[in-house]
Amino acid sequence: MKLAGLLLLPAGWLLVASALVLLAADTPRGVFVFAGLGVEVLGLVLVARAHLAETTESE
Amino acid sequence: MTPNSPLAPFDVSAALCIVFILLVPFAAAGLALINTGLGRSRSAAHAILASLIVVSVAALVYFVVGFSWQGIAGGAAHALTLRGNRWNLLAAQPCFLRGLKLDGSPASLEVWLGMLSVGLAAIIPLGSGGDRWRLEACCASTALLAGITYPIFAHWVWAGGWLAQLGTFFRLGRGFQDAGGTATIHVVGGLTALSIAWILGPRRGKYAADGMPAAIPGHNVVYIVFGCLLALVGWCGLNSAGAILYAGVAAGSAVLIAVNTTLSAASAMLASFVLTRVRFGKPDASLTANGWVGGLVASSAVAPFLPPAAAVLVGIVAGMIVPLSVEWLDLHLAVDDPGGAISVHAAAGLWGLLALGLLARFPDAAHSGAAAVTGQWLAQIVGIATLIGFVLPLTYALNWLLNRFVPQRVAREGERQGLDLYELGAGAYPEFLTHSDDFLQR
Repeated sequence: MKLAGLLLLPAGWLLVASALVLLAADTPRGVFVFAGLGVEVLGLVLVARAHLAETTESE
Repeated sequence: MTPNSPLAPFDVSAALCIVFILLVPFAAAGLALINTGLGRSRSAAHAILASLIVVSVAALVYFVVGFSWQGIAGGAAHALTLRGNRWNLLAAQPCFLRGLKLDGSPASLEVWLGMLSVGLAAIIPLGSGGDRWRLEACCASTALLAGITYPIFAHWVWAGGWLAQLGTFFRLGRGFQDAGGTATIHVVGGLTALSIAWILGPRRGKYAADGMPAAIPGHNVVYIVFGCLLALVGWCGLNSAGAILYAGVAAGSAVLIAVNTTLSAASAMLASFVLTRVRFGKPDASLTANGWVGGLVASSAVAPFLPPAAAVLVGIVAGMIVPLSVEWLDLHLAVDDPGGAISVHAAAGLWGLLALGLLARFPDAAHSGAAAVTGQWLAQIVGIATLIGFVLPLTYALNWLLNRFVPQRVAREGERQGLDLYELGAGAYPEFLTHSDDFLQR
């Protein structure tokens, strides 16, 4: 779960960067930027949950 | 007067900038005192010494390689051309500051400010790794921060990198703006602090078997509050120098910047004070002090571009984010952050960056229309996405790899004894009585 989360973080960022390069119109570009940010948040949640599980197990 | 005379006329902006940069070490001193005060008494000498050591390591690594990767706007750089736009990715300056005249030019002032800024960023993770982070590991982690993470992001924001060019290439306002280092110094440092807290795990005895956290209060509130006051002085210098060097703001704007910095810190502190008073029945000194620093962090991005009333609003929100974030990390995510570094520097910093996109009004007509405001907001979002999607995994991976070769966490016995005795051989307060419960096995 941690690895998946850590991979989602740069995946979201690449989505943001791709939106800037590939999309010229403001609205779709904005939508894709926010979609990329959403993917990053998902990755962050996964990493946080993985660490929470590790901490709970070790205690 | 000859041009080579030591009393040759000197640019007023450069002279003021030198004064502002001279104030920056007060911010480092403030953060060092706050981290020390928020830790345990048996690790106090270790905490304050570690602050000095990481500043030293950061300065040396920045001198050797950091600046060569950060560079200056318009300097030599590695770039990638995509769809006609030249994405400036990494500076290509010589190592050891070779070829750079340290003569008061903007480039030389940027080197000096960068050297102090990277030290400030390096102190931040000490807050989250308090009471359990080995000194050697602190140094090695700082070397990675000062040599890789910080210069790459600083290049993108401050040295004409692709984030700074968002306005030119994609009509996103002025491009990603971060005059005082909210992103480059504080969020980068705060995300490194998060990585360190994750990798180290919580202090022994912090969480019970049922997951409930134990309160481990800081040992010296006087240090914490005095550190806050010192930090204000340093922040006024940092925000002013950064605005002049990186945002092209006139030196006279330093008054607005100092007023906004003070107002943001003050309103953040009062917001934290009221929030903790309402939630816990009495105001919490540590969280209130952290709220103050959160206001300072948020102000770094916005201070040159907001009217004072908006700076108060930014501060109030930052002051509410900090204690809520501290509580959330502690209670719900089991992230043990004794210094509150993640909440103060990462969470409040991200709010400051977002606030700039929402509230900033630039004086030039080219960036004052509705489209420019929307574009600026999107540029800030792209910067935030880069921090979370690039900087966080990078700093996590670097510190995770480091942990394979240089174990970052102190041995169990060291944590029981305290880092002062275990790593330094002497405590911070040798004449003080140590309470026996400090040595109880948790």
